[in-house]
Amino acid sequence: MVLLNLFLSYFKIGLFSFGGGLAMIPFIQEELIESHGWITSGEFVDMLAISQVTPGPIAINAATFLGYNINGVLGSVVSTMSVILPSFIIITTIAHFLEKFKNSKYVDWIFRGIRPTVLGLVASALYSVGRESISDFKGVIIAITMFYLVGIKKINPIMCIIGAGITGILLY
Amino acid sequence: MKELFKYFMTFFKIGFFTIGGGYAMIPILEKEVVDNNKWLTQEEFVDTIAIAQSAPGALAINACIFIGNKIKKISGAIACALGVAMPSFLIILTIAKFVYGFRDNIIVSKVFEGLTPAVVGLIGASLYSLVKSSGAKGKLFIVPVLAFIAIGIFNINPIFILLVAAIGSILLHKYSEKEEY
Repeated sequence: MVLLNLFLSYFKIGLFSFGGGLAMIPFIQEELIESHGWITSGEFVDMLAISQVTPGPIAINAATFLGYNINGVLGSVVSTMSVILPSFIIITTIAHFLEKFKNSKYVDWIFRGIRPTVLGLVASALYSVGRESISDFKGVIIAITMFYLVGIKKINPIMCIIGAGITGILLY
Repeated sequence: MKELFKYFMTFFKIGFFTIGGGYAMIPILEKEVVDNNKWLTQEEFVDTIAIAQSAPGALAINACIFIGNKIKKISGAIACALGVAMPSFLIILTIAKFVYGFRDNIIVSKVFEGLTPAVVGLIGASLYSLVKSSGAKGKLFIVPVLAFIAIGIFNINPIFILLVAAIGSILLHKYSEKEEY
């Protein structure tokens, strides 16, 4: 029964959170803390910290962590799967219709409007993440170096991430 | 089957090295999907990001499902979604089970001191490559600049802005189409 409720809660979280992982936070709070009382606010804050500093999408990290706290490994499998499922259904449906109306001039027009807007979107992410994550001069240097290596020099971003981790040990 | 395993492994790698959420994933995703494997063109990649952002759910998961579906329909989408989610799942499970307090570890916290600003550089790199490949010049730059001001400075919901851009573009093209006749 807990598993079914967990499934429904996470399905709902996945379905209604527009705007990516961080936008999910108020939904998770509402469902897991207020409606069901499955976790405490303290556990929730721990979960946020852990989700942000571990690899992978924040939404998946949060679902796995909370699912485990609520009902062990099985709970984490159920919550992770159910947070992916709405995305899965919606995206494959969109892809199906896009394929069908691929030659429609309306679809073409829509994308012509959306494409330049995405640039503004990524710029806003850069702005807001930059304001939050860079706290000193060393951070500025790391960010600029990273940009130069990945953006201009086209060096593999994975190698650069490993390099940034090592730089952190040396500099801080 | 061998192909599906390759998709799974590629997205496993992408999920494993993404720290800091969906936007930080863009350059890694682009490198693997557009440059290395040529599964998508640059233009299709930009469209993928737009769709992933407009649909509910996590940007990273949406983008990977869309890409998987594009390369090999439903089975591709499943392979990519599982691949990108698996590293998170395994790592978080390990942390939840064994090392809950790992963040206080001095080495771990130093590594993250280095990684956090690096994510900013990564997002900068993805913006740079998106701008270059969009071929946007002159008048067209008004759109991304306005979108940035609305979303970044005034905190307007990005879904709303994407919607306005889509409708605006339809109206604009419809109007200029009429002019031609």
